[in-house]
Amino acid sequence: MNPLTVTAVPKPKRNFWNHDFSVKSWLLTEDHKRIGILYLLSITLFFFLGGVMAVLIRLELLTPAGDLVQAETYNKLFTMHGVVMVFFFLLPSIPAVFGNFLLPLMLGARDLAFPKLNLLSWYIYMVGGVFTLFVVFKGGVDTGWTFYTPYSSTYANSHVIAAALGIFITGFSSILTGVNFIATIHKMRAPGLTWFRLPLFVWSHYATSLIMVLGTPVVAITIVLVALERLFRLGVFDPELGGDPLLFQHLFWFYSHPAVYIMILPGMGVISEIIACFSRKRIFGYRFVAFSSMAIAALGFLVWGHHMFTTGQSVFASLVFSLLTFLVAIPSAIKVFNWTATLYKGSISFSTPMLYALGFIGLFAIGGLTGLFLGCLGLDIHVHDTYFIVAHFHYVMVGGMVMAFLGAIHFWWPKMTGFMYSEFLAKIAAAIIFVGFNMTFFPQFVLGYLGMPRRYHVYPEEFQVLNVLSTAGASILGFGFLLPAFYLIYSLKAGRRAGPDPWQAKGLEWTVDSPPHPHNFETVPVVTEGAYEYGPEEVKRG
Amino acid sequence: MADPSTIPLAHHFEDQEQQHETTAIGMWAFLLSEVMFFGGLFTAYLVYRNRYPEAFLEASGKLDVTLGTLNTAVLIGSSLTMALAVRAAHMGSRGGVVRWLLATIIAAGIFLGVKAVEYSHKFHDGLVPGANYAFKGTASADTELFFALYFGATGMHALHMVIGVGLMAVVAWRWRPNNVVQHPDGVEVLGLYWHFVDLVWIFLFPLLYLLGRHV
Amino acid sequence: MLEKLGIFPEAASEFADQVDYLYFFLIGVTIFFVTVIVAALAYLSVRYRHRRSPVPTPVHGSILLELTWSGIPLVIALFIFGWGAKLYIEHQDMPPDGIEISVTGKQWMWKLQHPSGQREINALHVPVGVPILLTMTSEDVIHSFYVPAFRFKRDVVPGVYTRAHFTADKTGSFHLFCAEYCGTDHSVMIGKVVVMEPSEYEAWLSGQPAGETPVQAGERLFTDLRCNTCHAAGSDQKGPDLAGVFGSKRLLVGGGEAIADEEYIRESILRPARKVVFGYEPLMPTYQGQVNETQILSLMAYLKTLGGAAEGANP
Repeated sequence: MNPLTVTAVPKPKRNFWNHDFSVKSWLLTEDHKRIGILYLLSITLFFFLGGVMAVLIRLELLTPAGDLVQAETYNKLFTMHGVVMVFFFLLPSIPAVFGNFLLPLMLGARDLAFPKLNLLSWYIYMVGGVFTLFVVFKGGVDTGWTFYTPYSSTYANSHVIAAALGIFITGFSSILTGVNFIATIHKMRAPGLTWFRLPLFVWSHYATSLIMVLGTPVVAITIVLVALERLFRLGVFDPELGGDPLLFQHLFWFYSHPAVYIMILPGMGVISEIIACFSRKRIFGYRFVAFSSMAIAALGFLVWGHHMFTTGQSVFASLVFSLLTFLVAIPSAIKVFNWTATLYKGSISFSTPMLYALGFIGLFAIGGLTGLFLGCLGLDIHVHDTYFIVAHFHYVMVGGMVMAFLGAIHFWWPKMTGFMYSEFLAKIAAAIIFVGFNMTFFPQFVLGYLGMPRRYHVYPEEFQVLNVLSTAGASILGFGFLLPAFYLIYSLKAGRRAGPDPWQAKGLEWTVDSPPHPHNFETVPVVTEGAYEYGPEEVKRG
Repeated sequence: MADPSTIPLAHHFEDQEQQHETTAIGMWAFLLSEVMFFGGLFTAYLVYRNRYPEAFLEASGKLDVTLGTLNTAVLIGSSLTMALAVRAAHMGSRGGVVRWLLATIIAAGIFLGVKAVEYSHKFHDGLVPGANYAFKGTASADTELFFALYFGATGMHALHMVIGVGLMAVVAWRWRPNNVVQHPDGVEVLGLYWHFVDLVWIFLFPLLYLLGRHV
Repeated sequence: MLEKLGIFPEAASEFADQVDYLYFFLIGVTIFFVTVIVAALAYLSVRYRHRRSPVPTPVHGSILLELTWSGIPLVIALFIFGWGAKLYIEHQDMPPDGIEISVTGKQWMWKLQHPSGQREINALHVPVGVPILLTMTSEDVIHSFYVPAFRFKRDVVPGVYTRAHFTADKTGSFHLFCAEYCGTDHSVMIGKVVVMEPSEYEAWLSGQPAGETPVQAGERLFTDLRCNTCHAAGSDQKGPDLAGVFGSKRLLVGGGEAIADEEYIRESILRPARKVVFGYEPLMPTYQGQVNETQILSLMAYLKTLGGAAEGANP
């Protein structure tokens, strides 16, 4: 025997990372897994960009006076923070990264239905992102991420059109991703994988895709009208020319309220996967959890008017929107209770993803219940447009969505990269993030009820103590967010090999190699049982 | 029908049926999205039409119904030629696909040409919203809103047609007789898109040109 | 006590107290559910941790439980909805009597005017216990009139007259904020509402330079802008006589009808061609750019005083 073959390091298996290393093979890839990685890198970039702005906002609010930045700069900071975080992080985040990476693996397919379209979606997203970066570096936009008319259409003196264009363009990325997911979930399921055998992650992505496809075009046309109005003074939203500025709010929230569910539903899907895996149980009330996603998507389209209780919309409209808002609470409650009940008679272990999942349930419960305060007509009058709403949506978006995102990345990182990260550091980071998050945003509930309006650059002195607390929390939170970036990257160098199924989880994605082969499955699997069929067998951990 | 064994199948599909159905459902989902896009515009239009009925009626009278009707006929005709192109694709007739797509492109060109003539008339008559707006009539202020929405809606529709023409040109070039075998699904979803664009016009025409007109 | 700790706002109106009861109830509901969920998570996590419960037992679900935990929250949600809706509806109707204050929002200040003519900027003095009736509009973008101590907030929208009211039940000085983001100096578009004993209020009023009352200003404008050449009784009557016009029903050219409310009057001044009264030619020029919102409010106040031909629905 040739001694060389004996001493040679065993060649790693062919996978989607190592089958081609050229830059071109990444930039022109049609592999859903590589596109997922491209999205992961780009949204992480935007997350830290938006995070830097958040830090500056919190530093400015440390004192009641406007001493760090000028009013105009402050207004641009919170606007760009909102635009970057909502349109370039929260909306794509889980669907574009994990939906892309996992849907075909979970469905037993070799790729998404339209691989070229998928790559196009990423490029469209990046073009929109470049516009937004252009706006950031050219001096920003100061309308608030909500772009309310007539301020945005007539009075603002910042780069509204470029920002609107960035959002418009990235909207198409969202629509095309939604189209791709819908076609994939309908038609690319492996033999035997019926609708009620699907992982709940897939169900929640199906609901999300419907909102993307039906809602995004409405905000697209609305934003086109704002841009045209600025360019040509069309007058559609300008009261001086007979237009109605409130029509903008209706059209905007018709999308932007359901968009909140685009952000949270995929997170709920992630939590279902994690809870099932780490309690070794099928999700309690599977069908209720699946249908509650669809109910949230459907009802979500009918509640936009609850953003407009103080605008003077008709009393009747306000009543209807308020009632429907309370109805959306029910499917959300169903999910929380079912996740909790899943733990019952399980065999629970507390790996990092599970910590994020448990944190998600608690924080989302607070975020959801405080939503009742805002949906309630008599009370919303007071808390509308104060720090109460700021706290509420950060509990849902950061406490919910970002926790789910972090849970997802810790859960599927071994699958994506083939490496395990340091469980010790990961748990410490999770604890720091949890503490920092609550310290940042809980005081804002109190501030809101005290009456501190949102988007205030300077504020009366009596609000300072709570603002200092919030800023202190933000510095902890910011530090916490940096940690995973380090230990996850480090794991690529020094992590131990994960193997196909490090968590002994069920689901088709765990039956293939980590990282998976470029075409996922050598033979298309045949499915014979439902999701999460964790047997009574004992699992060896550690 | 074309010989199924020669039709290309993308690597991630199991069989032709799956590929065909997936493509169709994707296009339908996209068209649903398009419906919502124009839905937003129609909503804005109907809100203001309802608020300023007289001004909108008066402004609507300035549109050229003859040219509008002509364009409607041209567009319906183009839907027919498109349907024939789809049929030719399923029969595997490359010449048929190219011929009927070219016919559709010509019809679209006529439509866009007529639209350009209409736009230039409006421009000459000072009916384009903005600084040079010069509508003569009683309710002049709100007629500007009508024209804003007219240009917005027909402009968005025309943009969809231009995109359609571009796609048709690409597909027609791919179906040229000496090229490799193409998949009929491409022509089919293009047909769906084109019929949708027609349908939008079928709504726009009465809403903008005809509603409330006493002729 | 909560106020002393600085974590609860002062309440200075009866409405504020009612909102606070609802708030406390909702806090109770929130604490209850969060406690139940967190306690359940904690108990189950410990009881069924891997070390103590190495083998999971499959449990698939329970329709009864699902119905329970959708049904109970539904009932509670509907109860909260009903409570909030009741509070909201009760507060919609304007009280019959009170002090009419006109409010104009402008980047970045609040302009307020008392019925007897005193003007204020970024401050509003009102007597305790008397309903304050606001008519609000904006000269540029959307603002929002927010007094946390009254738990009161209403958007101020350009082109629209928003009617709203509050009644303070405690004297003192309270924050007035703009709650809708309105541009660069949004956060300094703030002021105060000073609630005084009625006698002090009278004293304060008489100490202010009264200037013209809105009605007087309106009357003067009616002449200065030459409205009277066409609209006054005994004029050449190219336009309808405006005696008793406010609140009347107007028959329009083209067959429609309209009630001459605030929006109608404003529209008739700025966009006269939009609604032409039956029997008249559309001759009136627009006054857009010649009058500001405060002046329109004055003209309106003046028109409201022109009783006269009360039945004068259609000239």
